[in-house]
Amino acid sequence: MTRTSIRAWYLVHKWTSIVCTAFLLMLCVTGLPLIFHDEIDALTGEPQFATTLASSGEGPGLLPLDDMLDRALAMRPGEVPLFMAFSNENPVLTVTTGPRPDAAEADMTLLLFDRSTGALAGQANEGGVMHFILQLHTDMFLGLPGMLFLGVMGVLFVVAIASGVVLYAPFMRKLGFGTLRTERSRRVKWLDHHNLLGIVALAWAVVVGLTGVINAFATPIVQAWQMGELGEMTAAYAGRAAVAPADYSSIDAAMAAARKARPGNNPQFIAFPGGAFSSAQHYAVFFQGDTPLTEKLLTPALIDAATGELTDVRPLPWYMQALLLSQPLHFGDYGGLPLKILWAILDLFTILVLGSGLYLWLGKRRTPLSARVREVESGGLVTP
Amino acid sequence: MKHAALRRSNRAIFAVPLLIAVLSLIGLVSALTGDGLRDVVSWLALGVPVAVVGWAMRARRS
Repeated sequence: MTRTSIRAWYLVHKWTSIVCTAFLLMLCVTGLPLIFHDEIDALTGEPQFATTLASSGEGPGLLPLDDMLDRALAMRPGEVPLFMAFSNENPVLTVTTGPRPDAAEADMTLLLFDRSTGALAGQANEGGVMHFILQLHTDMFLGLPGMLFLGVMGVLFVVAIASGVVLYAPFMRKLGFGTLRTERSRRVKWLDHHNLLGIVALAWAVVVGLTGVINAFATPIVQAWQMGELGEMTAAYAGRAAVAPADYSSIDAAMAAARKARPGNNPQFIAFPGGAFSSAQHYAVFFQGDTPLTEKLLTPALIDAATGELTDVRPLPWYMQALLLSQPLHFGDYGGLPLKILWAILDLFTILVLGSGLYLWLGKRRTPLSARVREVESGGLVTP
Repeated sequence: MKHAALRRSNRAIFAVPLLIAVLSLIGLVSALTGDGLRDVVSWLALGVPVAVVGWAMRARRS
């Protein structure tokens, strides 16, 4: 590699890192407790159930969906249903309500019920510290602009990683893999740690970074689906008035019609008319696939909310599937506690890479660029 | 540092990192495709980058 190209890659690495490091440090630090949010939530009171029935099932032992919806709306008078979500593990059924069919997330209320008894199993804790951390991590309390901004920071992070990998080659030209020179100087020690931790966490950091970017762009991705494919599926309804909440037909009948279209599959959630996940005239029942691999790839069945009849059923397009797969790959919650612990360790590695990078930059800020390039070329032997 | 004078090729420099990256990706995908054995494969494969750092801190310090 010529000195000119090392210089160019060095500048890419430096500037992308400078811009994104503060935000990435925030994301890594807030992400750490979020990895274990299930465990932390469980500590604060795991609900006990009298049954092993799952709320996504059907048949005896489970109350009708219309009954569950009535209970939820009785607790939120004047509000309309927005989502109903199911579990494959326990009888918990979640109902989301809001003041209007297109209510903003901040105005929504999440109610948890036990579908085997109809009892309230809890109300989502919006004031808790975990919720605060999640908001900070998702959008820094700035809504959509905050999400998109963090998405752009994620793109810069991935560019910083890629340029770092390029610089790894000249740096390691005369060094064996894993070299950690701890006694030469503090700067060389941190240079070696920065390089080792960075190259070792590379694949994980790229995957978590890119899936984070996809999640950050969730809103425009869902909007593209709603205006594109969902519009095609409901083309016959174009220009028709929205179905008013007072005219919503039976959810149980809609679910029965939807199940007929996707026999053997479990529903994950129902989106009510007028929200981001349906048309103004339909219940969208999102079904999971029937194998572990396809479980996360959803297929919506659209049911006319006034008549309860099936309009169309189509697997989600690739960009929506990518969004769905990005969630577990970003959260690390799909392989039990050992995977979460590995996730946390790799997150700590990333924090050390970011911190050491910051230290290396701040440490010799007044040095000319040529001296920095020589430091990379010499594997840290010529320190600026 | 017995090979200090030797200039390593890109292939030599990236051989181990590439292996670690491939194992990491296998680990990331494996648990996504199922439970049980596939989770265990995921833990072992994604444990490699962590174990490598442990090895370097013990065996590669100078």
